[in-house]
Amino acid sequence: MYNTNYHRASSVKDAVATMGKSDDGKFVSGGQTLIPTMKQRLAAPSDLIDLRHVDSMKGIAVKGNQVTIGAGTTHAEVNASKELRKACPSICDLAGHIGDPHVRNMGTIGGSIANNDPAADYPAAMMALGAQIVTDKRTIDADDFFTGMFDTALEEDEIITSVTFTAPAKGAYSKFPNPASRYAMAGVFVSQGDSGVRVAVTGAGSDGVFRHGEMEAALASNWDSSAIAECNIDADDLLSDLHGDNSYRANLVKVMAKRAVEAAG
Amino acid sequence: MSEGIGARVLRKEDKRFITGNGKYTDDVTNHGQCYAAFVRSPHAHANVKSIDKSTAEKMMGVEGVFDGHQLTADGIGNIICGWAVNSKDGSPMNMGAWSALATNKVRYVGDAVAVVIADSPSNAKSAAEAVGVEYEVLSSVTNAAKALENGVEQIHPEAPNNLIFDWEIGEKDPTEVAIAGAAHVTEMTITNNRVSPNPMEPRSAVATFDASEDHYTLYTTSQNPHVARLVLSAFYQVAPEHKLRVIAPDVGGGFGAKIYIYPEEIVCLWASMKTKRSVKWTADRTEAFLTDAHGRDHVSTARMGFDANNKIVGFAVDTIANLGAYMSLFSSSVPTYLYATLLSGQYNIENIHCNVRTVYTNTTPVDAYRGAGRPEACFLIERMMETAARELGVDPAELRRANFVCEFPHQTPVIMAYDSGDFEANLEASMKASDYKGFETRRAEAASRGKLRGIGMSSYIEACGIAPSAAVGSLGAGVGLWESAEVRVNPVGTLEVLTGSHSHGQGHETTFAQLISDRFGLPSDNVQIVHGDTDKVQFGMGTYGSRSGAVGMSAIVKALDKVEAKAKKIAAHMLEADEGDIVIENGEVKVAGTDKTLGWHEVCLGAYTAHNLPEGMEPGLKEGAFYDPSNFTFPAGCYICEVEIDPDTGTVEIVQFVASDDFGTIINPMIVEGQVHGGIAQGVGQALLEEAVYDDNGQLLTGSYMDYTMPRADNLPSYTVSHETTICPGNPLGIKGCGEAGAIGSPPAVINAITNAIGNNDISMPATPSKVWAAIQATQSKQAAE
Amino acid sequence: MASISMTVNGKTVGGEVEDRTLLVEFIRENLRLTGTHVGCDTSQCGACVVHVDGKAVKSCTTLAAQANGCEITTIEGLASDDLHPMQQAFKDNHGLQCGFCTPGMIMAATDMVNRLGKNLDEKTIRAELEGNICRCTGYHNIVKSIQDGASKM
Repeated sequence: MYNTNYHRASSVKDAVATMGKSDDGKFVSGGQTLIPTMKQRLAAPSDLIDLRHVDSMKGIAVKGNQVTIGAGTTHAEVNASKELRKACPSICDLAGHIGDPHVRNMGTIGGSIANNDPAADYPAAMMALGAQIVTDKRTIDADDFFTGMFDTALEEDEIITSVTFTAPAKGAYSKFPNPASRYAMAGVFVSQGDSGVRVAVTGAGSDGVFRHGEMEAALASNWDSSAIAECNIDADDLLSDLHGDNSYRANLVKVMAKRAVEAAG
Repeated sequence: MSEGIGARVLRKEDKRFITGNGKYTDDVTNHGQCYAAFVRSPHAHANVKSIDKSTAEKMMGVEGVFDGHQLTADGIGNIICGWAVNSKDGSPMNMGAWSALATNKVRYVGDAVAVVIADSPSNAKSAAEAVGVEYEVLSSVTNAAKALENGVEQIHPEAPNNLIFDWEIGEKDPTEVAIAGAAHVTEMTITNNRVSPNPMEPRSAVATFDASEDHYTLYTTSQNPHVARLVLSAFYQVAPEHKLRVIAPDVGGGFGAKIYIYPEEIVCLWASMKTKRSVKWTADRTEAFLTDAHGRDHVSTARMGFDANNKIVGFAVDTIANLGAYMSLFSSSVPTYLYATLLSGQYNIENIHCNVRTVYTNTTPVDAYRGAGRPEACFLIERMMETAARELGVDPAELRRANFVCEFPHQTPVIMAYDSGDFEANLEASMKASDYKGFETRRAEAASRGKLRGIGMSSYIEACGIAPSAAVGSLGAGVGLWESAEVRVNPVGTLEVLTGSHSHGQGHETTFAQLISDRFGLPSDNVQIVHGDTDKVQFGMGTYGSRSGAVGMSAIVKALDKVEAKAKKIAAHMLEADEGDIVIENGEVKVAGTDKTLGWHEVCLGAYTAHNLPEGMEPGLKEGAFYDPSNFTFPAGCYICEVEIDPDTGTVEIVQFVASDDFGTIINPMIVEGQVHGGIAQGVGQALLEEAVYDDNGQLLTGSYMDYTMPRADNLPSYTVSHETTICPGNPLGIKGCGEAGAIGSPPAVINAITNAIGNNDISMPATPSKVWAAIQATQSKQAAE
Repeated sequence: MASISMTVNGKTVGGEVEDRTLLVEFIRENLRLTGTHVGCDTSQCGACVVHVDGKAVKSCTTLAAQANGCEITTIEGLASDDLHPMQQAFKDNHGLQCGFCTPGMIMAATDMVNRLGKNLDEKTIRAELEGNICRCTGYHNIVKSIQDGASKM
């Protein structure tokens, strides 16, 4: 790892101010992706600004079906929240299958979303839940937030402080993990709620998370796994690698979508 | 509770490991220690035009930057292959030069060209990045068959067409005649996938040169520290043997990868002399993937002929083995004497012929990995047998049974003389334990849940107890493969047993102590097993090839025989009895049929006070022995695997795995079962998950756990393990060996089960979900077309 | 340089470290507690698992500075007595061979029991071991050890 300067931010304002003074700083939350990347010398931020101790970014609030999750909330906390599970069990289940138990104790929802790894789970949830990403500057619709592989609408010094969404009437996430890394090879989040039906796919797309309009339309007219049997999953838009080519991933997308619909009930 | 032979004694070594007090090489820290970082080739094949060290030399904390020209100038020798295998025309193998730091040419990604020694790992790494190496990139080849084609880039000038040797075993003409006259011939092309051993402890070395004594000490992750010292001294000229101490302390798994003496250990020793500092190097996992010797990587075409009674009449095999960029220490023996000599399997086959071509490619060197040659042979035979049974329309178990060797000794046409076994007993035991008969009911039940269920078996045999020195010497081995032991009895009756075997997870400290408990009736706590230090143990050949029981413990038995004989002489003298009437049991030395008794400690003390010894006897009680085995040993068994496959995703779940093994005498069943569990997991890993994959430019795509699939707990089932024992007649304890069996027997059982489930025989290892799904699709479209 | 202070196995420790120092480096090199191991570079093998404020964390993927002010337990500090029940269970059930993954396994296992209770079935244990890799045992006896140790915690 190249050398860096570590700062523990006490507030969002403090974090932004520290970032302003740094040459090439980076915010770090759980660090479960950033630190391995730095260890491999593939990232070399001059400064690391730790957001894990910013109290205002923590916690889960559920009011009726309105959910707010602080960006600094760990995957383990999302998984374990009884209140959240009552409103939106699908996101708790999703969080319980990110990485492994140790990673879930450190990794945070904000960090995952800001990184937008094309095989991460949360981006699919945000898109399928029609979530809003709240930053220190503005509120961004998930549809506008994820702009491509490892790319988001965030500015360099912008911090995600929380995410909010309306818990759907039905929702579930089904993932086929990469056999080696256990990241998603294809993960599909489906939801049916006030904003209609949404289907978001992670892991498989050649440019990161995406929504699948044809499956959304099919499920909107018939919320049943059989409804997507004839949907076309275009393999040309999907990744090929040593773990599976794009035709296999296309198959997985459909199978995971079906299983998610079945799990959602 | 008895602590003798056959007792499930809990491990003595566990306490330090479970409390975090194990001492591994990277845990060793010396005063003023520096760290080595290697500059490695990013290219699979390139000429090295120049190396510019000037920037790196001036960087923070750097003690020295060294390259291969300096290494050569200091007289450090090339790395050698220790087993000479001639081509069938009698010509010697075409071994290319391998310098610990490449001078003019790099031949695989990860090939080291220079080393930086600095005061911290980070400073060493930063300086290594600043070493400027100018490469002229050459075309590269990673596939062995392709490397043999005309017009492919030559990797070593010594090896035209990249061919190392073209070797054969068995009689070609009679085999061809037999197959030509066969009623049925099964023919297959079978790939044995390249894997990376992945002991969880990465390789590490801590080298210290003491200028005042002109003496070197090397802590290293080795399965055989004495062999390391011998090779470092005699071949690489790092230091004479008496000036080099090699210590392999606690070693975190080996599986073959830690047999060899790698460039890093040589360079650390030499760099310690150059810098007058203690030098530490510990691989990160990516370095381990790039530089730890890989395993397997065979492609074979095979034909097996059967007569009208389904008896095998001939077996012809043509194998191409990829040895990577350089010939590693035992690389030549793996695809020859450890492979083709096992091609008779458990079967009575009169005619066998195997041709093996070994090939250089621009990949990590390939050498022995758990099983070493025998898994390749077993996979070939057992896939052939399963396929033949399906083609012939007979039950796979029946086809095997019809061809089993039933009488011993049995001379195969490929050198090996099987000394004992009961293959049918293993088959029966596995079929019973797996409820083989009830399988179709389970298949139907699985189908009702939308799952494809399959069953597959594998009847394996292997050769262990490596090996009779004269025999392997006649076949080209550069060393003898005996083992040594020394038993030191202290005046108070406690014992130290020094062994040339090395434990890196096998539990020798427990198992070996059981021999003493068994012999003298002493608590195993009274015994200390000493290993892994060339200053303590006089010599040893180390642990690999499932040899520590059959060879290592046999040496201890020989030394114990001598100790017992002398103790009896002393006791007879002290008790004024006839030597032949003395018995030693329960820690007492008695005259049979009388109440005359001495405590064991009294006899031992007598040996050292020497106040009352028989006329002319030397004082003391300490004996050494060298044991050279008279034959290989032949563990064998039958494994049955049952899988369920999700046809929508191709995911394979192992729902049952049954093993019945014949390991001869078992000293500690708990430890032996653990060896089988671990071996099966590695075999299942090879069959389902693991593969070292290169891209077209020779870049290793599976260089971390992000892409190389290690078996995890949720990939594996609990195993059902049992034993059917026939005693090995070749050594004093009757031991056959157990370390590799699991990894040898399991891959064909898994693949046979998968192909049985999906009705498509065309599956290569690893049977990943995407491959299995594609095979299911192929079957379905074929069925639809019909 | 970062000035850090934390409680490790009940003792207050601290010092000046480079900001890039990983928690595992601080534990192994500065504190010389070498029971915590490093087996990979990508946060997967779990040989480095320690407890930070009572939760299992991969110390190879955490900066020492991030753990400033925290309470750390390593394998060396797990037992208040001779052996923790989970350590004893690994011995009793032959849950280790080479011992390299063992400290991380035991720290993960005790964390598992802390989160999920003493009655753990095989499937749960296998799933929960996703972040810990063993090459020796084939996991069979690790699963048995954890079941046994959990019941005695």
